[in-house]
Amino acid sequence: MTNLDNLYREIIMEHYKNPRNKGLLDDPKYTKIRIKNPSCGDDITVQTLVEDGIIKDCRQEATGCSISVASASVLTEIMINKPVDEAIRLAENFLNMVSNKEYDETLDLEEAEVFGGVKQFPARIKCASIAWVAFKDTLGKE
Amino acid sequence: MNKKIISDFPQIKSDYIYFDTAATSLKPKPVIEAVNMYNETLSANIHRGMYFNSVKTTELYEEARGVVAKFINAKEEEIVFTRGTTSSINLVASSYGLANLKPGDEIIVSEQEHHSQFLPWQNVAKKTGAILKFVELNFEGKITIEMFKKVLSDKTKVVALNYVSNVLGYINDIKEITKLTHQKNAVIVVDAAQAIQHIKVDVLDLDVDFLAFSGHKMLGPTGVGILYGKSQHLDILEPMEFGGDMNEDVEKTESTWKKYPLKFEAGTMPIAEVIGLKEAISYLNNLGLENIHSYSMNLYQHLQNEINKIDGITVYNPNSDTGILTYNIDGVPAHDAITYYAEKNIALRSGQHCAKLIHDFLNIHSSLRVTVYFYNTKEEVDRFIEVTKEAIKYFKSVGF
Ligand SMILES: Cc1ncc(COP(=O)(O)O)c(C=O)c1O
Repeated sequence: MTNLDNLYREIIMEHYKNPRNKGLLDDPKYTKIRIKNPSCGDDITVQTLVEDGIIKDCRQEATGCSISVASASVLTEIMINKPVDEAIRLAENFLNMVSNKEYDETLDLEEAEVFGGVKQFPARIKCASIAWVAFKDTLGKE
Repeated sequence: MNKKIISDFPQIKSDYIYFDTAATSLKPKPVIEAVNMYNETLSANIHRGMYFNSVKTTELYEEARGVVAKFINAKEEEIVFTRGTTSSINLVASSYGLANLKPGDEIIVSEQEHHSQFLPWQNVAKKTGAILKFVELNFEGKITIEMFKKVLSDKTKVVALNYVSNVLGYINDIKEITKLTHQKNAVIVVDAAQAIQHIKVDVLDLDVDFLAFSGHKMLGPTGVGILYGKSQHLDILEPMEFGGDMNEDVEKTESTWKKYPLKFEAGTMPIAEVIGLKEAISYLNNLGLENIHSYSMNLYQHLQNEINKIDGITVYNPNSDTGILTYNIDGVPAHDAITYYAEKNIALRSGQHCAKLIHDFLNIHSSLRVTVYFYNTKEEVDRFIEVTKEAIKYFKSVGF
């Protein structure tokens, strides 16, 4: 099962079982976006707090498959304390990476690199992407 | 079933197991050949040209209507060709529903419904002020007559239910439900998308008002479906699509329509697909629906017995009436599990199968669904069981 092992990496499973920055805050300073994937039942919400062009906090609430839940968790860890423009660049780069499009390999995606295996599973691209799309949307709503 | 049957389906490969017939069935050679024949030798429009190919095409198209009618014991003129179950139900909902429902009227649906039966009626309810009433399902997710009677009332104007659930595989007692519906002078609209390929559907005997199904789930091509409607309804129903071929007289201020069913078939229809559907029905008739159903149920029984022996599986419909089995591997989201099967070249369905409400009822986000049909084999089921056991082990090993 070499192929599947590229998907179910230890870090991914670890985040799936212990998702970081989980639970939403009822704080109007945060911007919140919820995306559901009706075909598979994924339900992901991402919340960001931006101050002075910096992502001060990023939170998530995700139910769904391991890939979508872990990807939401990894996202929040990476994004906290990033400047907004860099965060957007990273998110776009991540989305290109998982969907097997051209992406900038020199940009440091940190732990999110582990989702590189997703591109071999076209049916799972959406799972890895949802949280990152929601994240970008929270910034667009500023 | 025998080797000959398998060889009729060019999609079947030795290293590929197709267990997703509820999504769409495989297509046998006579269907493929009929579609190709139309494209290669006829390629003419219907009801229009006076030349040989057009006349011949019209003949085949109308013959197909006759074959469909006979298949469900309807009259030819009661068969409307559409794009599929979805557009058949939308036609009834938009035409009958919007014209006849008033605030306070009630539409009976169930949590079993596929979105193509539920959403059109939800929309009608929103637009007309009618109220959606849900038949309460029993512990297994079944619709019982007793529960149906509880929601049926003098306010009921439409009953919109499926014949067979695409998630639980139960056959609903449409005949009895129809009888009760008519006692309240309401109409019944039946989604037969998962029934038509398994059991004999006799609209005269059932006495239903409308019934919808899709060609592609009954060995036919994609892109063609059927709406059956009683003459008395089709006669007064307004068309929802306007355009070529459905009109009689056209004037600047006022135009008139052809008689049903043609008034509902505006524009160029899926001609090749209708011609292919005729062959699909011949194929089903030749095998015999009873044989198909008993073979599928034997296979289903074997599948059920074997899957029950595995620890760590939850089956949601242990008493399915068709070849549909819905389950999850405990602790593994369906979307993760399905990837394992896909890697092993086994085609199942995962997700909500366009039926979110039944997943809410079962209190799960998503599920895996296997459908076995007459072209599947015991060997395939055994292989599936082996792969399921491997999958459970694999997911445990990576930490699920
Ligand atoms: C019970 C049921 N109703 C309706 C449909 C919709 O059929 P179609 O997509 O062909 O319109 C399906 C198939 O997905 C189904 O299983």
